[in-house]
Amino acid sequence: MGRIPSSYLGNRIVTLFLTIFIAATLIWIIPRLSPVDPAEIALGRMAAGAGTVGNSEDILAQLRAQLGIDQPWFVQYAKYLWGIVQFDFGLSTANFPTPVSALIANALPWTLGLMLISITITFFIGNLLGALMVWDHSPKLVKVAIPAAMVLTSIPPILSALLLMWIFSAKLRLFPLTGAYGLTVEPGWTWDFVQSVLYHGFLPALSIVVVTFGFWALGMRGLMIGVQGEDYTTLAKAKGLRPRYILYKYMIRNAILPQITAFALKIGMLIAGQVLVERIFAYNGMGKLLYDAILDQDFPVIQGVSFVIILMTAFSVFLVDLIYPLIDPRIRHGR
Amino acid sequence: MTTQNAAGAAKPDLSARQIRRMKRFDNPWRNPKLTWGAALILGIVAMGILGRIFWNMDLVFTGSAPLKLPPLGFENLRGQPGQTDFPLGTDGAGRDLLALIVIGAPNSLFVGLLASIIGMSIGIFLGFSAGFLGGRTDDTIRILSDVMITIPPLLILVVFQAAFGDVSLTLMAILIAAFMWQSPTRLIRAQVLSMRESGYVQMARLSGASTMHIMFREMMPNLVPYLFGSFIANVTTSIVTAVGLEVLGLGPQRIPTLGRIIYEAINSGALIQNLWWWWGLPTILLAVMFIGLLLINLGLDEVSNPRLRKL
Repeated sequence: MGRIPSSYLGNRIVTLFLTIFIAATLIWIIPRLSPVDPAEIALGRMAAGAGTVGNSEDILAQLRAQLGIDQPWFVQYAKYLWGIVQFDFGLSTANFPTPVSALIANALPWTLGLMLISITITFFIGNLLGALMVWDHSPKLVKVAIPAAMVLTSIPPILSALLLMWIFSAKLRLFPLTGAYGLTVEPGWTWDFVQSVLYHGFLPALSIVVVTFGFWALGMRGLMIGVQGEDYTTLAKAKGLRPRYILYKYMIRNAILPQITAFALKIGMLIAGQVLVERIFAYNGMGKLLYDAILDQDFPVIQGVSFVIILMTAFSVFLVDLIYPLIDPRIRHGR
Repeated sequence: MTTQNAAGAAKPDLSARQIRRMKRFDNPWRNPKLTWGAALILGIVAMGILGRIFWNMDLVFTGSAPLKLPPLGFENLRGQPGQTDFPLGTDGAGRDLLALIVIGAPNSLFVGLLASIIGMSIGIFLGFSAGFLGGRTDDTIRILSDVMITIPPLLILVVFQAAFGDVSLTLMAILIAAFMWQSPTRLIRAQVLSMRESGYVQMARLSGASTMHIMFREMMPNLVPYLFGSFIANVTTSIVTAVGLEVLGLGPQRIPTLGRIIYEAINSGALIQNLWWWWGLPTILLAVMFIGLLLINLGLDEVSNPRLRKL
C-alpha cells in the first residue's frame, strides 16, 4: 500500500474546490448575462394564468425583491455561494413552493443507482474483453467479434437508447417504454418494487453498457500488449503456469491499473451521456428533472441539477485520484 | 517517438497475406481504417452538397408535404404507402426527411469541426506557452485545464442556452469550443516538456534559433499525429455535446439539425406511433458520422504508433 504525499493531496483538494467554485460561478454569471429578466418571465406566467395583470410595475418590483435581484451583484453572489454551500438552490418556479434541493434529493438516488450498475458492468465486461483480445489462448471468435463491436464505442448512448427502446419496448414489447418503476407498485423495500425497478432499469443500463464497454476494451488491449512483452509474463510462461492463471494473476492484474485513471477522465462524459439516456427513457432521475425544468423554464432547478452533476463529477475524479496511489504502489507522486 | 518499421525482424515465417500487408504499411497513410473513415465523412459532406443541388430544399419548410409519410416501399400505420416525391418519408410537421437530413447532417459536422478548430488553436497556444515558459504561467494553465477537464460541457451549456434561448449554429460551436481546449493543452504541454530536453531541441537552441522557430519548426512537426488524433476526438465530443443539447430541446431552434429532428420525433411520440424513419434516419446518420470519426482516429493512431499495426 502506497502512501499519499501531502503535497499531492493538497494539490488535488485545491483542484477540487477550484472546480466546484468555477462551476458555481459560471452557473451564476451566465443567466445574468442574458437579457431575459426572470421577474418578467414570472409575470408572464402569471399573466398567462390570469388573463390580465393590473399594476404590473408593482408586481415586477415585488418579484424582483423576492428573487433578490434588486440587490447589488456582490450581495447576490455572496448569498448564492452561501446557499450553495448548504445545498440551497432556492425554490422551484414550476412546482412553486417545493425547494429545488428536495426535487434533486428525489431524483439523485435513481441516477446514482443506474450509474453505479451500468458503470460496474461495463468496467468488467470491457476490461475482460479487452484482455481476451490480446491473450494467446482466447477463442478465435473473440478476436474477430470484439473489434467489430468496437465500432459501437463511437456512438453516444442517446442513439443506442433510441434503438434499444424501439426494438425492445415499442416493437417487441418486452420492456416498459418509460419510467423507473411500474405505476401499480408502491415504492418501498418490497420484492415487487425491487423487481419492477430492475425491470425498468434494464434497458437504460443496457444502452449505456453497449456503447461504453468498447472504450475500456480498447484501453485494456493497449495495456495488455505492453504487459504481454514484459519479462515476468515470459517467465510465468516458461515456468509452465496454466495460461488462465497467467491471464488473471499476471497480465490483467498489472494491466488494469491505468484503466482506473482513464475512468477519472471519462466520468464526466459518462454522467452527461446518462442524463440524456434518462431523458429518453423518462427515467425518474436527474435527466428527466433537467429536461422538465428546461421545458418549464424553471431556472433554479436547471442551475441546481447542473451544479449537483458537476459536483458529482468533480468528487468522483477526486476520489479516483486519491484511490489510485493506494492500489498501485509503483506510482509515485512528486512534481 | 521513434518510428520503427511495422514488420519486426522477429517473425521470419510470414504468410503471403502478411507480406502483402507489410507492403501496404510501407506507406502508413494508406491505412484501410483511415480510408474508410474518411470515405464515410466525405460521403456525408457529399450528401450535403449534392442534396442541395439535386433536391428541392424548399421541402424543409413546415407543411410542404403530407404528414408522417413512410419511406418508399413501406406503409405507415394508416396504410399510406411511401411516395416517390418524398423518398425517405416525411415528419409530423409535413417536412421532407431527405431535405431535412441534407441540411441537418452537414450542420452537425460543421459545429463539430468549428468547435474543435477553435479549441485546438487555444490548446496549441496554451500548451506551448505552459510547456515552454514554465514557472507561474505553467502552473496557472495546468491548474485551469485540470479544473476545466472535469466539468462536463453539456451541463454548463444547458444553463447558458436555457438562459439565452435561441442560439445560432456558430454561437453554439463557439460555446462548445470553450470546453474543447483542455485535452490538447494537456497533451501538448506534456509532449513539449519531454521534447524540450531532447537532443535536437537543445541543438536548435544552441545554434541560436528563436523560440518561435523552435516551437513551430522543430517541435510542431513531431506533434502532428497527436494533434490530429486529439482533433478528431474533439470533433466527436463536440458533436456529441451539440446533439445532447439539441435532444434536450436547446440549441438552434430554426435551423434543422440532426439532434433537433430526434428531439421533435421523441416529443411527438414517434417511437410509439412506429414512425421509425423520423428518428431512425438522423440516428443512423449520426452513427455513421461517429463511426467514420472513430475509424479516422484509429487509423491515425496506427499511422503515428507503428506498434499498434497488426500483421
